[in-house]
Amino acid sequence: MNRITWAVATLLAVVFFLSIGHTEQVAKPEPAPEGRIRITYWEKWTNFEEQAMRDVVNKFNESQDKYFVDMLSVSGITNKVLLSTSGGIPPDVAGLFGAQVAQYGALGLARPLDDLIERDGIRAEDYIPAYWEMGRYEDRHIAFPSTPATTALHYNAADWRAGGFDPDNPPKTLEEFDKIAFALNKKTADGKLEKAGFLPNEPGWWNFGFGALFGAKYWDGGDKLLLNSPEMIEAYEWVQKYHREIGPGAVSNFKGGLGTFDSPQNGFMSGTVSSVLQGVWMANFIQMHNPDLDWRAAPFPHPASKPEMEGFTFVDMDILIIPRGAKNVEGAWDFIKYVQSQEGMELLCTGQAKHTPLVKVSDEFWANHKNPQIKLFHAQAFNEAAFAPVKLSMWPEIQGEMNAVYEAISGPELVNVTERLNKAQERLQPLLEKELRIRRAREAMAKENGA
Amino acid sequence: MKKASKETIAGLAFASPWIIGFCVFLAYPLLQALYLSLTDYNTLNAPVWVGFDNYIDLFKDELFHKSLVNTFSFAAFSLPLSMVFGISLALLLNNQVKGLSLYRAIFYVPSLVPMISLAMLWLWLFNGDYGIINIALKGIGISNPPLWLSDPNWSKPALVVMSLWGVGNAMVIYLAGLQNVPVSLYESAELDGAGPFRKVWSVTLPLLSPVIQFNLIMGIIGSLQVFALPYVMFPGGAPDRATYFFAMYLWDSAFVNQRMGYASAMGWVMFLMIFALTMVSIKLSDKGVHYS
Repeated sequence: MNRITWAVATLLAVVFFLSIGHTEQVAKPEPAPEGRIRITYWEKWTNFEEQAMRDVVNKFNESQDKYFVDMLSVSGITNKVLLSTSGGIPPDVAGLFGAQVAQYGALGLARPLDDLIERDGIRAEDYIPAYWEMGRYEDRHIAFPSTPATTALHYNAADWRAGGFDPDNPPKTLEEFDKIAFALNKKTADGKLEKAGFLPNEPGWWNFGFGALFGAKYWDGGDKLLLNSPEMIEAYEWVQKYHREIGPGAVSNFKGGLGTFDSPQNGFMSGTVSSVLQGVWMANFIQMHNPDLDWRAAPFPHPASKPEMEGFTFVDMDILIIPRGAKNVEGAWDFIKYVQSQEGMELLCTGQAKHTPLVKVSDEFWANHKNPQIKLFHAQAFNEAAFAPVKLSMWPEIQGEMNAVYEAISGPELVNVTERLNKAQERLQPLLEKELRIRRAREAMAKENGA
Repeated sequence: MKKASKETIAGLAFASPWIIGFCVFLAYPLLQALYLSLTDYNTLNAPVWVGFDNYIDLFKDELFHKSLVNTFSFAAFSLPLSMVFGISLALLLNNQVKGLSLYRAIFYVPSLVPMISLAMLWLWLFNGDYGIINIALKGIGISNPPLWLSDPNWSKPALVVMSLWGVGNAMVIYLAGLQNVPVSLYESAELDGAGPFRKVWSVTLPLLSPVIQFNLIMGIIGSLQVFALPYVMFPGGAPDRATYFFAMYLWDSAFVNQRMGYASAMGWVMFLMIFALTMVSIKLSDKGVHYS
């Protein structure tokens, strides 16, 4: 082997190792202004929602000269925050999902904030209770809301009027509502659905949750799941009634012809679906895609036999956490506190067209909001019948299974509701038991290690 | 230093980028996954040793069984069909006809379409009321065509049909193989009185067998790892988990349910299954593979 060959081999090896050593320089972050500490903040939002938070970040950066929040919009954020935390280089603040607070808590992803809350006098009574509670896991507070959400029945007033129903007097009970929904269905001679009065699975984001509308619990708080309770069976039989009435194939084909949520072809915005269960954000999208739509919102009807469910709503929120091992906890906390202030929160929630999680609301917020019925959505969050995500780290798995239940009972074979729910219970109950067993083993290990 | 050992060192030095890459990015993760498969692990906390619990749970897990059945039944139909279509197309496009390059491009281009666009396109094609497939089926007298997207009995066949969309890739490899079949063998066969089918059966296929074997093995690996298209088209394996495949369950276990130990066990089961099937297919097809 001659010298030239050796030289080439050595050069290649050197280039290879240097390239490995310098990969971190590829994505160099924006430097903070001189003298300020840079707070890294990862957020999931894009588009106008990202811009709304950017406005808040800019306000915070202008409001003081100690910290500089550097916000980065990140896709697939949960896994990226998890992996970076596991690797010891998490962002200082992360914008994640409220429905997964229990999972983050069980994993130990988020730094408990109780010491900071107590030190700085953050008060639970300033928040709508549902949102304060959602930030807690077991006996620790680990998350604060960024933007909250509630749901309500949205309906096309013109359609209702044309069908002989008074849009200014929406039904209180499901039984009354079903009559309206069925009357507004329009089919062609060959059985195709042309227009739907209401479809429980449009948009399909709460297929897992209809049990809650009938007062069903998903978990007893201990070691038992309650997926096949009488209330749950009643709820999914109600759902199945819609698919039986219209024809299961007809619903699926009809839905296949609708556009995506954020498009003018959206079922409700295009006038093809007369009533939908939707969230506080909907008004903003209606304004974008069909501002002439004559629509109203009202609390979703409840079963007549369950008056305690009056005003039922799904509550959810996006959250801010400080990941475990974050380097600039004080700066991160200062930023979170700013977002929680009435000024920061109202700026953010106005930009995202949502209501505020705070009890106190300014007159300007009500007056300037894009949603003409924003007060309804804010009030919904106080309702005792409101349903928040279950505080169980396997909640995503339960949601997945309940979505599958929905598909089975609404599919062409209209599978028996009780049998399918029994199957769901049988599949998930052992998983809960395993999860609890492992949690106890981990707690015992931590005790042994003196943690 | 002896010349032989000098050459060995030089050879190893040249191969070192690959050797290092293999050790760091393949061997280490593989062995680490084996260790994690024997633990309860969730990314953030230290693994807790559980022995073979994850494997035992896997074999009791109804959803795991379902995902396995879905995956194998998809592979059982998609793989042979892809091979038959790939070979047939390659044979057709191996004929000297006018505009041959254009035809080859037409059949190859679909395999370049990005997966998400493909998913959206097929969602429209399979729509029960407005999709062109059901309109065509009604046109030929089938009054009640399948509900491809919402009927658990038809959603897997829909995916099998879709998998043929990417057959252009295999077709190109078959076409390359066909260029290596000596013309003299066809001439000899013709002299012996062989017709077109006999020539394909006795000359083309035997000489194409190494390529067929290669595509078979790649097909087994690919079809058992089917993920992206059903993940986009049928979220959560809808309807009622009829399209919930092994790789989707593995992904959900790891990144949705944060059960990394369980997912690692699934990864190892998948690895062993693919390895065994590949070995079996090599053994079974070895006798029929002819190298010119």
